[in-house]
Amino acid sequence: MINIPSTLRISFRALKVNKMRSALTMLGIIIGVGAVIAMLAVGTGASKRIAEQISSMGSNLLIILPGATTSGGVRMGGGTQPTLTMADAEAIQKESLFVSDVAPILNGVAQVIYGHQNWSTGVVGTTPSMLTVRDWPVAAGRSFSDQDVKSATKVCLLGQTVVDNLFGDMSPVGQVIRIKKVPFTVIGVLSMKGQSAQGQDQDDTIYVPVTTAQKKLFGTTFPGMVRIIMVKAKSTQDLPAAEKQINDLLKQRHRIGPKQENDFTVRNLTQIMQTAEQSTKVMALLLGAIASVSLIVGGIGIMNIMLVTVTERTREIGIRMAIGAKTWDIRLQFIIEALTLSLIGGVAGIIVGISGSKILSMLAGWSTIVSPFSILIAFGFSGLVGIFFGFYPAYKASLLDPIEALRYE
Amino acid sequence: MALIEAKDITKIYRMDDIQVNALSNVSLTIDKGEFVAVMGPSGSGKSTFMNILGCLDKPTNGKYLLENIDIGDLDRDELAGIRNKKIGFVFQGYNLLPRTSAIENVELPMLYDGLPAKERRQQAMAALKSVGLDGREDHHPNQLSGGQQQRVAIARALVNDAPIILADEPTGNLDSKTSAEIMELFIKLNLESKITVILVTHENDIAAYSRRIIKFLDGRIISDEQKKKQ
Repeated sequence: MINIPSTLRISFRALKVNKMRSALTMLGIIIGVGAVIAMLAVGTGASKRIAEQISSMGSNLLIILPGATTSGGVRMGGGTQPTLTMADAEAIQKESLFVSDVAPILNGVAQVIYGHQNWSTGVVGTTPSMLTVRDWPVAAGRSFSDQDVKSATKVCLLGQTVVDNLFGDMSPVGQVIRIKKVPFTVIGVLSMKGQSAQGQDQDDTIYVPVTTAQKKLFGTTFPGMVRIIMVKAKSTQDLPAAEKQINDLLKQRHRIGPKQENDFTVRNLTQIMQTAEQSTKVMALLLGAIASVSLIVGGIGIMNIMLVTVTERTREIGIRMAIGAKTWDIRLQFIIEALTLSLIGGVAGIIVGISGSKILSMLAGWSTIVSPFSILIAFGFSGLVGIFFGFYPAYKASLLDPIEALRYE
Repeated sequence: MALIEAKDITKIYRMDDIQVNALSNVSLTIDKGEFVAVMGPSGSGKSTFMNILGCLDKPTNGKYLLENIDIGDLDRDELAGIRNKKIGFVFQGYNLLPRTSAIENVELPMLYDGLPAKERRQQAMAALKSVGLDGREDHHPNQLSGGQQQRVAIARALVNDAPIILADEPTGNLDSKTSAEIMELFIKLNLESKITVILVTHENDIAAYSRRIIKFLDGRIISDEQKKKQ
């Protein structure tokens, strides 16, 4: 059997003698591997960003907004007229089998004061299930309870940005802040959430019991009015069913006839985002597939050069055969040479691909992620290209007649 | 037992419609330890005969037994194995691998025999020493004189302990002084290590080193003379 280390040495030596030729041959593979890695990095980066936005929004989320209403033939815009109530939220929670949590929301903007500091922020009146719906745990202190909601307690949870602006480094838990001049006790701090899909700072917020918001802060045009209802489905598969059930339920509750327009809208944000994520993934694969074409072209370059090498070294092949090299000794030697070319090209291509995607993300501002998987794929693929395109020249070499080969000048 | 036994060997080449009888009914035995010179003008069939003896080619008809192994029965890879173990080749043009050091050239047959690296190195060093090239193991062929290159080739032929050395005009590219040194080396190997040496030459003074001279003409042996011991 052939000796791998010494064959490698022989290959390196042969490649070193024809430096320019080897470098140009490798260039095909370098570009191919680099392109595959960079393209996959762009794709992975894009879908990762979307995935992050989905998870920061809360998973399996349905959002119910008050819809367009018609008063006296004049159609008002979506969300102009509050139509949703606490009772709607409770009904959804009770009736729909596919729903795990429901959070009604009444929000508004309010000036918040603590000591000498003041800050304008979004105040969200909601129920404790909001934290489950949005996958948003409390970092310090505690959340408010159903009892707090029932008795409209003046307690609040602060987002991280609000804490930074009002308290600095101080711990806010137990302190009293004023929201619209109403004193509220801070009972907890929400963990850091970061930016939303639209680039909003999600941590710039205060959570209070929904009843407190209704009675003490924003008031209601009718009892139990809420602005939005957020619903978490039990699983991603349950989302469409939950959406339909909620639609039917609210139609019934709001007494909307079959020919009437809904006065609410159910939005399946998770599904929209997941569709976007899917299509970026497909796009990434497509880009990678196109890039891999250049890898195949690089392989053809290797085959071309290996055929030249076999012809140039006919005499060497004859010597090796005379001395006792068997068919596979000769084949492996040239396959290993082709493999050396393609793998060195592969390693260089990985470096080019990684730095290329870094440059892309710097210049174009795209987030790129070079996954170890894509490196493995590109490297493995370049190895396969080497073996595949090295085989024919190696096969040709192994079939040479030793007498003819020894006579070759 | 004869080392080499050729019975009625015929080799026919076909080129388009022309049939060339390179060898016609050649029979011959060579015993272990002989020193044979094969002579004849070009086209006499001596090269074809040497290719068959060297297991690089198979006869069209007839039988070639090497240490009682019928070469005609072997496939390509088995022939390579026989060449590796039984035959050491020395060529007119040395046929060393370029860009490869002397010692690596000598190690080559052992590489294909699958010997471990340490053993290869040891045996190659010993072989280089026996041809008087110790200290030159890291030189590449282009850094060595013709005579030295031929010595490396002889070391390569020796290193697998092959019982036969086939030398095809080994001194054809060398001046007379170096030729004499190379021939002395063959004689030393023949006498001390009992290696059977078969060499092709068309120079009488080179053939004079041998103890048996076989002459070819038109694909046949025309004379086979055993010299008396000097």
